[in-house]
Formats: sequence, structure tokens, C-alpha cells
Amino acid sequence: MKKLLLLVLFITVTAVTYAGGYRVSVQGQRAMAMGHTGVAVVNSAELVFFNPAGLVYLENKLNVSVGASGIFTDVIYQNSETGISAETDNSVGTPLNLYASYRVNDWMSVGLGVYTPYGSEVTWPTDWAGSHLVNNIDLSAIFIQPTVSFKISDYFSIGGGPIYAIGSVNFNRNADRFATDFDGNRSNITIDDGGITNWGWTIGAMFNPTENLRLGFNYRSEIDIKAEGGDATFANFPNSTNPLVPPNGATTFDAELPLPAELTLGVSYEHKKWLFAFDYNRQFWNAYESLNLSFANGVSSINPRQYKNSSVYRFGLQYQATEKIALRAGYYRDESPVQPGFFAPETPRNDSDGFSGGVSYAITSRLAIDASFFYLKFQEVDASYDFASDGVSFGGTYESSAFGPGLGLTYKM
Amino acid sequence: MIKNTIKYVAILALGLVACEPEFDNPIEESGTFTSGDLDLSTYVALGNSLTAGFADGALYITGQENSYPNILAQQFALVGGGEFTQPLMADNAGGALLGGTQILDNRRVLVFDADGEPVGPQIYTGAAPTTEISNKLEGSFNNMGVPGAKSYHLAAEGYGNVADVADELANPYFARFASTANASIIADALAQNPTFFSLWIGNNDILGYATSGGTGEDHNQTGNLDPRTYGSDDITNNGVFAQTYTGLIEALAAGGRKGIVLNLPSVTSLPFFTTVPFTPLSPLNPDFAAQIPTLNETYDKLNQAFAFLGFPERAIQFSTTAASAVVIKDESLTDITSNLTMVLAGDPVFGPIAPIIAAQYGQARQATANDLLILTSSAIIGQPDTDRIQDLIGLGIPEDLAAQLSVKGVSLPLEDQWVLIPAEQTAIENARNAFNATIAGLAEANGLALYDVASDLTQAANGGIPFDGGIITSEFVRGGGFSLDGVHPTPRAHALVANGILSALKSTYNANIPKVDPGVYGTVTVSNDVN
Repeated sequence: MKKLLLLVLFITVTAVTYAGGYRVSVQGQRAMAMGHTGVAVVNSAELVFFNPAGLVYLENKLNVSVGASGIFTDVIYQNSETGISAETDNSVGTPLNLYASYRVNDWMSVGLGVYTPYGSEVTWPTDWAGSHLVNNIDLSAIFIQPTVSFKISDYFSIGGGPIYAIGSVNFNRNADRFATDFDGNRSNITIDDGGITNWGWTIGAMFNPTENLRLGFNYRSEIDIKAEGGDATFANFPNSTNPLVPPNGATTFDAELPLPAELTLGVSYEHKKWLFAFDYNRQFWNAYESLNLSFANGVSSINPRQYKNSSVYRFGLQYQATEKIALRAGYYRDESPVQPGFFAPETPRNDSDGFSGGVSYAITSRLAIDASFFYLKFQEVDASYDFASDGVSFGGTYESSAFGPGLGLTYKM
Repeated sequence: MIKNTIKYVAILALGLVACEPEFDNPIEESGTFTSGDLDLSTYVALGNSLTAGFADGALYITGQENSYPNILAQQFALVGGGEFTQPLMADNAGGALLGGTQILDNRRVLVFDADGEPVGPQIYTGAAPTTEISNKLEGSFNNMGVPGAKSYHLAAEGYGNVADVADELANPYFARFASTANASIIADALAQNPTFFSLWIGNNDILGYATSGGTGEDHNQTGNLDPRTYGSDDITNNGVFAQTYTGLIEALAAGGRKGIVLNLPSVTSLPFFTTVPFTPLSPLNPDFAAQIPTLNETYDKLNQAFAFLGFPERAIQFSTTAASAVVIKDESLTDITSNLTMVLAGDPVFGPIAPIIAAQYGQARQATANDLLILTSSAIIGQPDTDRIQDLIGLGIPEDLAAQLSVKGVSLPLEDQWVLIPAEQTAIENARNAFNATIAGLAEANGLALYDVASDLTQAANGGIPFDGGIITSEFVRGGGFSLDGVHPTPRAHALVANGILSALKSTYNANIPKVDPGVYGTVTVSNDVN
């Protein structure tokens, strides 16, 4: 049985993480190993993120979960008409999470979460064929979320809290498809801003109709990251008073990027040593209509995105193999929010299948080590971005993958 | 437990490997692109400035990098093409030195004024040239394009002898990389054992004559068959061209070597000849408008004399409401100086200066739409000719009258060098057609590919060539096809030439090689780094 499970685990292994767009769904090692399910799973302090309502059902007074993953992504591009191909050289993404909950009394728990649900790190070869859309981008956001959870009864609880988001962005791309300075260096623009803050909120509910069955609901609000007066650098523009040529050097920019709202509904069922979980995520990407940049030097850049709302279907399985070892596996189907004609190489993601696996080993009764990993297989896609400022479509075939091993610790007392 | 650990590690490693994304049909392996019947491992390009990547009046690095042979070589790399080397200049300023003295001008850049209005092309002065002609480059070069070369120069031994550059007996560009002082371009090309060649030569055999306004000799008229005696502004004799080109093809196509030849586009559709209108004299210019009544009064008397002598068509008049044609000297007209002298002498207005006036207008007429003013004439039209003023003063004419008679294109007919009259255009076109017949015939006879670049340039000059980001035309500065010298193509036009060649290679040699996107190549360079 154990061997069979291992086999199943390893066949289904591989990654789960990204959701479409720039959502990075790696918010807990145990959940990750189960296809990033968790809205109806009462297992650890990871509930601070997945469903604050569940915190009151944790057995222990104090629960702490910390973890980090390394995400290795790779995107390749080719165009069979032009013969052009390119491959990204992305650095390793490192989503982190830290959760803690404390049972204040029989009907209330409080908690705190720090996690990184959004990010995108894509580095194409400088001046590649799509460099007028992106050379490299590094987006990240840290969410800090104090939480309170109330047990209405043994059957029903609610929870939630405010979210303080801290965002940063670094983005470089060329001015257009050909402009250079006198020596042939491509004209380009970099924007860089960090410490951009804003507030949001999350709310959850949990319903336990029977001892073995839980239903969960969680909603996290949209948070807009508004950069005002961020650093912008214009480089390698020719030295000219041509009104169409901006001056080189530093200026500032304003821009706004939505971190979309997410709704999760889920169910979990426990049977002996088995736990089955299903989550449905609805991500409200339609908030991302356009990336508009306006620079203090008068230049502006309108980049239509027109994302659509998208869904993720997640399945997770846990088997308590021994008292000390829990094995987990998961699968999910992640729909891309990108519509045809809006496929920009800064977030080159298509529909994907995620496979995950993991294990927890209880070192002591209080401390467990959690390991997870996922593999995300994207569907090869022929896609284009048709709304560049020069009106020329940029497209080809994209294929990408992501792999993410992670480690964490769970402490309870 | 250890066993399990090994299992985990192995599976983790497998996972990492499987993580690499891979296309279902990678273009490198799909066989979509093929060199067909060609072996592109050693491509050598022969030609003149067009092949070298000369632009904006100079040869400089980025121009060379965007030359059509270099663009081709990058595409060839997808189907087995080898390394492609070029004799790169030392900088992007474009000028060159010989023994430390500048002998070649820097490139031109497009200048804007402080209000953001375009001023026009000017010589770049942001950096001094650093290319020293006498610094011999090591090794051989796949791009053997040599600016200035005419057809017969390719086989001329010693054309790259640096010792002869100062006397203008050798070519400064070839001097930089000729294998020896006595080398010829064709010999240095063949020494590389090319597997494939391109040849675009003959443009300068007519262009020098054209850009000089037809001041050189047309050797189809003179019958001179010895190119060693030709001047740089002459038209090469058709027979000499045919013999020269035959020799080049025999050498290049020897042993069944494959290659492509390009024919010669019309030179008179270049912006160098189409930008300055034949009617540049606008009454909206207050300086000119103020002079019109006096000028017309004076010309009226001259026109009466023309009519009297039976040449009423030579009448000169300036309009007060529309732009007027410039006055030119047409050396194909009957010289009526002596008769005109006699007629004018009877008019008290002219009296003793009649011979001088008559000589000035003995072959004068106003330009028509059939005359082509060269690009550089725009800088001198309407300007006083100070030498002429001094000459006239020396002949006893009062200073103010001397000045009145010395306004270029207004009172002083433009000399031959500023205008291509129809007879000169015909001489150029006749030679070009003969050269192109030679090129097409030899391509056919030797099974070589031929790219009819002439028809593409005609298209650019008559409506333009569309690409995914707009349209490429022959309009000066704005059209995107021509660099700021009005003769040489922009990088974007080099991309078009490369694509034209790739089409020809497909039909002749079954080579399926992807074309480039002209929209990713630039046009003219703006810069305010000028004095």
C-alpha cells in the first residue's frame, strides 16, 4: 500500500504553482504538496492564508508554519516564419511564507501571515526580438495579514483580516523595434520602484456538516499597487532636439498595477488515514485592463492587457503513512487569464497542468519538517501581442515550465 | 531510509531534467529551413559601397553591421552558413585619416533646432574620425564591398595600394584590407575559396557621371575602350562593361560555384536627384520676391533678343504668384553668344557689357520638369557667386550690377555640375539598360540567381514598398529607404535587399531561408552633435 502510494505520488509529482498572470500560488508547503488546496483543510497555520476561519479548529494553542520555495522557470520562444528563437534566463523565484496562530480562548484565535502571492521574474536576452515589449521584468509583492477567527459553533466559523501589501517593480524594455543611439545601442526605458504600499482585506468561512467533511470559502480583495514618482531611466536615445526623441537620464513615472481579487471555494473529506481536498479558485483578472505608464518627461505608454477572469481547479490528497510521516500529492488545472491577441512575453503563461507532491516528517511531537515540490507543465501556445504602440503584432510559439522544490517547518504546542 | 533518500534524489533529478521546456517542432530540427542546392559555409560578397554598408556619406560600423550581406549571413546561419567577417571601420563617426590627416568626411546626421524643427542633414562632429587608412587589417574578409569601386576596379591590381591613395590612384577602403599592395579585389575574394558569392557591381559606372551633373564623359559617345584612362565621373563603355563583367563571372562561377548577381537600379530615381524641385524659387521668400520686378524687367529685354534670334523658347520669367524654375546652362543648346552680343549691343541698357551678358546667357534657359537638380544644389541656389562677382568687377562692371548678375540659378545660370539635363539622363539610362542586359544574360548563361533590385527601387520611387510597420519610399529623409546622402540605402532598405536576394535564392536554388522584418531595422540617425 505504502509502495503503491509512493508510486502514485511520484507519477503525479511535479509542480503546482503558478497561476496565470503574475499570481504565484505557493503559499504553504503542506498545501503546495496537495495541489495548493487548503480552503477546507484544517492542518496547520497555513490557514491564515487559505482560510482564516479554520484557525479556530486547530487542535493546538500555538501554531507556526514557515517555508520557502525555489522556483525555476524557463520560457522558450520561436517563430517558424522568421526563424527567430529565444530563451529566458530567469533567476530563481523565492516565494516565502510565515504564518502563526494563537488560540486566545475557546471561540477566538488570532493569527499573522506574511507571504508573497504575486510576482513575476522574466529575463529575456537583451535586445531580443520582443525587446520592445520586455527585456526583463521583476515584480513582487509581500502581504502582511493580521487575522482573527471566530468559532460560531463546532459547525461554523468565520475569520478574516486586513492585508498590508508592499509591492515593487523593475521593468526594462526597448523604446520600439529599432531605435538606437548614434552607436547603435538600442534605446530603452527602465522603471524601478519599491516600497509601494496599499491595503486590502480577506475574509473566510468554514462549515463542518459532519466530523469528516469540511466546506470552506475565502475571498481576498483586489489590491492596487500604485507607483507614484517611481524612478525611470531613459537610456541610449540619440542626442537630439527632435520632439519625438526623449532626453536620456533619470525621470519619474506613475503607474498602476492591480493585484486581483481571488475567491476560493473548497471541500475536504477525511477517511481514516486519507484526506481528500478540492479547491476552486476564481481569479478576477479582469481588473487588469491596461498597463499605463506616464513619465514626468512627457512620454506615456499605454499597454492594453484586457485579462479575463480565470479559474483554477485543484485536487489534493494526503496519506498519513505513519505517525511521523504524511505523504501528499496533488494536481491542478490552471487557466490562463490572457486573451487571444494579448499574449505579452512579460507574463508568457498559457493554460497549465500542475503536479505536486510532498512529505511531512515529524521530528518531535511539536516540530515537523515539510517538503514539497511541484512541476508545472504549460501547453505550448501559438500566440501574439497585437496591441504594441506601433500597431505591429509580435507573436510566435511559446512553451514554458516551472519547477519548484520547497522546504518548511511546522511547529505546534 | 538511505535507500529511500536515494530514490527521492533520483526522482528530484529527473524532475529537474523534465522541467526543461521543449517545442513539439523546434525550428532547428524541423527541416523547415534549408539551403537547398547551396553550400553557404563560405559566403563572399563583392560589390561597391552598397555592399560595404556605406550610408550617410560615409562608411561606419553600424552601417556595415546593417549591410545586406551581413543581414544575409545572419539568416544563412540558420541553414549552415559560416562566419561572416567584415573590414569594420574603427568607429561610427565614419571619416578616415591617411597618415593622420583626414581624407574622408564623417557621416551625416539629421539635425533639429532648439524648437524641435528639422534643420536637415549635417556632417557629424561629435567625435573625430579614428580610422587610419594605413592601418592594415589582418586576415581576409567575407564582405569585399569597396565603396567607390566600378566594375573594372574589381580586377584591377594595386587598387588597394596604400601608397597610391594620396594621389587618388588607389582606393582608401580597399587599402585597409587588401592582402598585398598589388592585390585585386577579385583575387582576394577567390583566395577565400567561397562556396557562394554575391555580386552587385556597375552602379558607379553610371553614378559618378550622374552625381557630377553629367560633367564627365560618356564613353559610349567617345568610344574610349581603355578604362585605365577613365575619370571617376565618366560613363563606362557598354562593351568594356560587358567584357569586365564576363571576366568577373567566369572567375566567380568557375567550377560551378553558385551565386547571385544584382542588377542596377535607376540612378535618376534616387532622392539625390528627385529632392530639389526644378522650381525652387518661391515668391514666398521675401528676398527673392523683392527682386522679381527688376529681374523680369531685365530678362524681358533678353527675351526679346532670344525671340529675335529665333529662340523664343529660351525666354526667362519669374512668377510673382508661383514658384519659378531656376535658370540653368544647358550645354546641349546651340551657343548663341556671338549673335546675342550683336543684338544686345544695340540696346543702350547693355551697351558695352553686351558681350559679358551674352556669354552668360548664350546657352541659358529655365529648367523644366525634365531636368534633375542634384541634392547639393539646394545649398547654392540663390546664393551669390563671389568669384563671378570679382570676375565681373574685373571686366569693368560696377559692383552692385556685378552682384545682381551673380545670383546662382537666378541671374547666373546654374553650371552643368548642378543639373542633369535630359540628354545626360538618356546617356545614363542607355548605359544602365545595356549593363543590365549584360548582367541578366550572364546570370542566365551561368545558372546564377538574379535579383532584379531595379524593379524594387522603381516600386520604392513610385508608391513605395509596404512592410509591417508602414511603407518604405524613396522620399529623402522621411521615406525610410535612403540614408542622408540621398544615394545609399538605410538599414531598413538593406533588409529589403536581403529579402529580395532570399526570394531569388528560393526560386533558383530551392533555398528556403527565413526573411527578415524590415521594421526592426532603423532608418536615418538623428543627432545634434554638429558644429
